[in-house]
Amino acid sequence: MSAGAAGRDRAEIRPRASGLARRRGVSVVMVTLTCIAAAIAVVPLLVILGYLLKQGAGALSLDFFTSMPKPVGEEGGGMANAIVGTLMLLGIASMVGLPVGIGAGLYLAERRGTRLANLVRFLADVLNGLPSIVMGIFAWQFLVRPFGHFSALAGGAAIGAMMIPLVTRTTEEMVRTVPQSLREAALALGYPRWRTSLQIVLRTALGGIVTGVLVAVARVAGETAPLLFTAFGNSFWSTNLGQPIAALPLQIFTYAISPYDDWHELAWAGALVLIALVLVISLVARVVTRARHGGGHD
Amino acid sequence: MKRPSPDATAIPRTSVASASSSDSSPPTATGASILSSAEPARHLPSIQGSVVADRIYRTAILFFALCVPVLLLLIFVEVGVAGWPALRQFGFSFLTSSTWDPVKGEFGAAPAIFGTLLTSIIALVIATPLALGGAIFLSEFSPRWLRQPVSFLIDLLAAVPSVVFGLWGVFVLVPLLRTGLMPFLRDTLHLGATPFFSGPAYGPSVLAAGLILAIMVLPYIAAVSREVLMAVPRSQREAALALGATRWEAITGAVLPYARTGIFGGIILGLGRARGETMAVTMVIGNRHELAASLFAPGYTMASLIANEFAEATTDIHLSALMAVGFVLFLITLIVNGIARLLVRRVGEVRA
Repeated sequence: MSAGAAGRDRAEIRPRASGLARRRGVSVVMVTLTCIAAAIAVVPLLVILGYLLKQGAGALSLDFFTSMPKPVGEEGGGMANAIVGTLMLLGIASMVGLPVGIGAGLYLAERRGTRLANLVRFLADVLNGLPSIVMGIFAWQFLVRPFGHFSALAGGAAIGAMMIPLVTRTTEEMVRTVPQSLREAALALGYPRWRTSLQIVLRTALGGIVTGVLVAVARVAGETAPLLFTAFGNSFWSTNLGQPIAALPLQIFTYAISPYDDWHELAWAGALVLIALVLVISLVARVVTRARHGGGHD
Repeated sequence: MKRPSPDATAIPRTSVASASSSDSSPPTATGASILSSAEPARHLPSIQGSVVADRIYRTAILFFALCVPVLLLLIFVEVGVAGWPALRQFGFSFLTSSTWDPVKGEFGAAPAIFGTLLTSIIALVIATPLALGGAIFLSEFSPRWLRQPVSFLIDLLAAVPSVVFGLWGVFVLVPLLRTGLMPFLRDTLHLGATPFFSGPAYGPSVLAAGLILAIMVLPYIAAVSREVLMAVPRSQREAALALGATRWEAITGAVLPYARTGIFGGIILGLGRARGETMAVTMVIGNRHELAASLFAPGYTMASLIANEFAEATTDIHLSALMAVGFVLFLITLIVNGIARLLVRRVGEVRA
């Protein structure tokens, strides 16, 4: 390539001046185009968020958080059960996803380079890219069908499984940033390996891992597809883990595709609350990251 | 950073040395008496004990690590076995036939596979240039005060749950398409003469699904590309500029080739989301089994087909057919990830 370029340069010595003007022109045009691209990329987000705020805030009231869904035609009603349901599902998901994710991440970091570690890392990526609906039908087949009924546990396990690859990869990355010297110091003091790993390395990396966990929770908080056939949704108050349970995303979906206007309004309010939940978790994650780095990084 | 405090338990393995210490932390005793007295030894695990504990620890993390392959294997087997009756009955025509008739019990997933392909392509074709352009702007030209808020907005867009996009799609995007964009494309631009933009403008359509997917994958591609571009060393740009390149030539000649692998990874990530996205697509695509060339026609994707019919599937073969669709989707994920990994590795090797 360089030889070709040199040859071309020699041949084009004369028209270089005009070539330069053209090249500058191209440059200016392309730079402008990237500005426009950035603007276009941001516009839909502003539109969506703005619309959501407008519609959602109008429909939001204290009632939304405290009362139960009402039948069509009755005024008011809220999603108290769905909010509690979502929190419970996230709790179950964390109990499934965190130990496995953190344990697997530790393994990947400590056994780096082995064949099994590489395989697990690749499969974690596959799991990460697995369509959520596939996880949904798998959980149905595995955890719902044999028992004969939908349950909160099945829903929580389904979204917990979706957390695993995210938590695994963050834990691995964070544990790898812990300096080797710290490990060696602990071992030299006679710490057994397992305590070095859990009390020194894991504790040092904890800030980053917490961030990763929060990001994972925020991501699965809005998942709907894996819950469709597992948690199923419930229009009554239920905190029974063996029974169908309501969840915010499911409720939003049900209300959105219904033909009733006041349900549509509730769907917007629900979407606003869901986004707020996701946003708060993400912001906490950001703050944790900041605190760890001791100041912003850009 | 917390400094771990090595408590007394750490000392005894080198307890012979503690004879020399005169400070307060170890109990005032000679090395010999530490070894013999039962009192401190209660706190101190023996070397053998810690070897056992190490083994337990290793087994535990190995167990957790093995959960990942086992989970994937379980998904493969469970979904595969559940879909097997349909795959066996319809054979290869399951992938090529466009008849999907639960009443007659005939199932072919071609329209859904086609729909998944088409919507993913529309999404990537629209989103990739915009995302890449935006990422280049953010990393190369943007003033500092603008960079952080815009990056934050893009990250935020990536965190919006898909059901919220669907909600917006149903109430804003689809009406907009029906009354504005579709008639404009068809009549004003006379694209109705081509088969791709013809037919009645209902609103819910393959085009609507493609557009909403484009909005959804854009932040993924943009965020990854931005990170990768920011990681390109300054010297790379400076060298190109010093050789007389214009700013744009510096980017195409020196920066983009350097960031190629990462950008490619971002696009694959976007493709992954577009391929498996369920809720938003289900809500705007119209859900109809039809192989139509027109983007205005309603359609199906594999994911939306499952989401829409799974709860209503009454016959075993219908359920099995839906499971088979899920199985095919799973296989596609596996293949795409495998290819991406190979490509990334190869590109990485060439550069290195």
